[in-house]
Amino acid sequence: MTELSAHLPQFQHGQLTENFPDNHLSNTNDNSERRRHDNSERRRNDNPESETNGQPQNNIQQVVEQDEEEDEELTLKYGAKHVIMLFVPVTLCMVVVVATIKSVSFYTRKDGQLIYTPFTEETETVGQRALNSILNAAIMISVIIVMTILLVVLYKYRCYKVIHGWLIISSLLLLFFFSFIYLGEVFKTYNVAMDYVTVALMIWNFGVVGMICIHWKGPLRLQQAYLIMISALMALVFIKYLPEWTAWLILAVISVYDLVAVLCPKGPLRMLVETAQERNETLFPALIYSSTMIWLVNMAEEDPEAQRKASKNSTYAKQAPANQTRNEDAEADDGGFSQEWQQQRDNRIGPIESTPESRAAVQALPSNSQTSEDPEERGVKLGLGDFIFYSVLVGKASATASGDWNTTLACFVAILIGLCLTLLLLAIFKKALPALPISITFGLVFYFATDNLVQPFMDQLAFHQFYI
Amino acid sequence: AFFWLVSLLLSSLVWFIAVKASDPRDEPLQKGLLIFGVMFSVLLQETFRFLYYKLLRKAIEGLVALSEDGCSPISIQQMAYVAGVGFGLMSGAFSMINLLADALGPGTVGIHGDSQLYFLTSAFMTMVLVFLHTFWGILFFHGCEHRRWWEITAVVVMHLAVSGSTFCNPLYVGSLVPSYLLMAAAATWAYLLSGGSAQNLRRFLLCKS
Repeated sequence: MTELSAHLPQFQHGQLTENFPDNHLSNTNDNSERRRHDNSERRRNDNPESETNGQPQNNIQQVVEQDEEEDEELTLKYGAKHVIMLFVPVTLCMVVVVATIKSVSFYTRKDGQLIYTPFTEETETVGQRALNSILNAAIMISVIIVMTILLVVLYKYRCYKVIHGWLIISSLLLLFFFSFIYLGEVFKTYNVAMDYVTVALMIWNFGVVGMICIHWKGPLRLQQAYLIMISALMALVFIKYLPEWTAWLILAVISVYDLVAVLCPKGPLRMLVETAQERNETLFPALIYSSTMIWLVNMAEEDPEAQRKASKNSTYAKQAPANQTRNEDAEADDGGFSQEWQQQRDNRIGPIESTPESRAAVQALPSNSQTSEDPEERGVKLGLGDFIFYSVLVGKASATASGDWNTTLACFVAILIGLCLTLLLLAIFKKALPALPISITFGLVFYFATDNLVQPFMDQLAFHQFYI
Repeated sequence: AFFWLVSLLLSSLVWFIAVKASDPRDEPLQKGLLIFGVMFSVLLQETFRFLYYKLLRKAIEGLVALSEDGCSPISIQQMAYVAGVGFGLMSGAFSMINLLADALGPGTVGIHGDSQLYFLTSAFMTMVLVFLHTFWGILFFHGCEHRRWWEITAVVVMHLAVSGSTFCNPLYVGSLVPSYLLMAAAATWAYLLSGGSAQNLRRFLLCKS
């Protein structure tokens, strides 16, 4: 009994401190992947065990409360930090897209449409145009839904090879073909003479390094840069090939779909999440932008390399190559993955897998709990589809708005505020949340409002040089 | 910035409705409507500043409740400053950015008989407005904190005055000079409110510790 009590406080203490970084993991990783309630419940479950000892219980209660408070405070602090960590890449992506749209005219020229949007918008009547755009949007969304369901089915039946092959092909397409076109257009715009050999060399290097970084290992910053670049490329393709009304309709419908797919119990993305949870796996690591590498809570090893290897080996057969943006086909899947990732990913790798290990380790080395991950190192994750659709919104705003920069700026601010709110909700609800709806709604509202209402007002003010 | 944007949105909505409801060929009426729009927008901006103050107050209370030693990691003065800067930046960006984009292209300033100093004065006016918004933020929040309604009304009156003075554009001396004077006044007021004093200033300038 006394031995039990001797161990239990250690265990309790160890577990609590272990939970503490776990909370950080869950909270910082994905802004509360795990429910805080789960943690406190777990602690409370542990408390009855200690009741037999009576004595350590008070200590533990106090530690629990203190942990919860520190927990919340740290959640807020790290929450704010994570918001900033996500602002920077989203802003960068949007800046790249807007800069390209403004300078390279290729992406604003109408050169036809994708086969997914067969109906043209050059019609005689407004009604016809509306009908065509609705049909286009319907076709595109159904393609996306079919692809998502296909992905879920493939994942459920463990056809990992097929998924990997699909993702590798799409990232190849993106990294080589689309960037070749982009480079060509930039050269044309700035009238730079270039020979094929140099271009071949550049594209080859760019593509190969990109494939390695995204699907395998590479420096974190480089991987992030590549993910931003391919998101921007994909967004540019969308901006070019989607006609006006169709684009806005698709944005609106896709945020609704995102909401439904992630939150409904039978939604495909939710099923994907749950399946991955059951299997204790991570889904497709490269489909997601992450601000830090995934670290397994591995008590003995502090070496990030080893931890990275450990995580990659244990979580997935090979690093799931998941270029979010491979074809026009499956973007929405990725879009849906966004926030749940925050949830599941670390949920899986973090708490569930770590706790048994950490418990064992803690009982062995009671004072060693600090060697678990440094909470600062854990970052946030956002799906690449979100990047793409945010950039599509801002890019379309800058391409086609009469208010030009005012509209672009307004949409930019609206999207960032939406992202903030989404992260806040995530911290409150601690559930998988879609990142698209709030931001896209704000963005759309601000786009149409600024373009139609604010623009004439500001024009008049600037004309008379009145200031408000 | 977001709050300023929302206030701009709502005020332009009001103006737009007014314009659509009126006769577009009547020049003085349009100008009058514009002036009305400007005044309304100023009032709305200040309202939104107040709403933002309320929101930040709640946030600070939340932070204080959660922190260990009972004080929040960011003070209300810092928040006031940040709020002011946000308002100012957004206002400045919206005023200037189309101008800047056009300035990059070819053209001659004032070729149709307007003032040739258009860009310069716009730049100066925007700058003074950005500074003013920052100072007004500090003054406004301070007034709300200490329940000094006269401070708040002073801010609103100043804002209305500055906007009103721009109605005499292109008579730039009528708008720029008063605005800069008001800015100097607001700057010293905000400085004193934030705990500065003549001694502090002297010590800072003479690089004493």
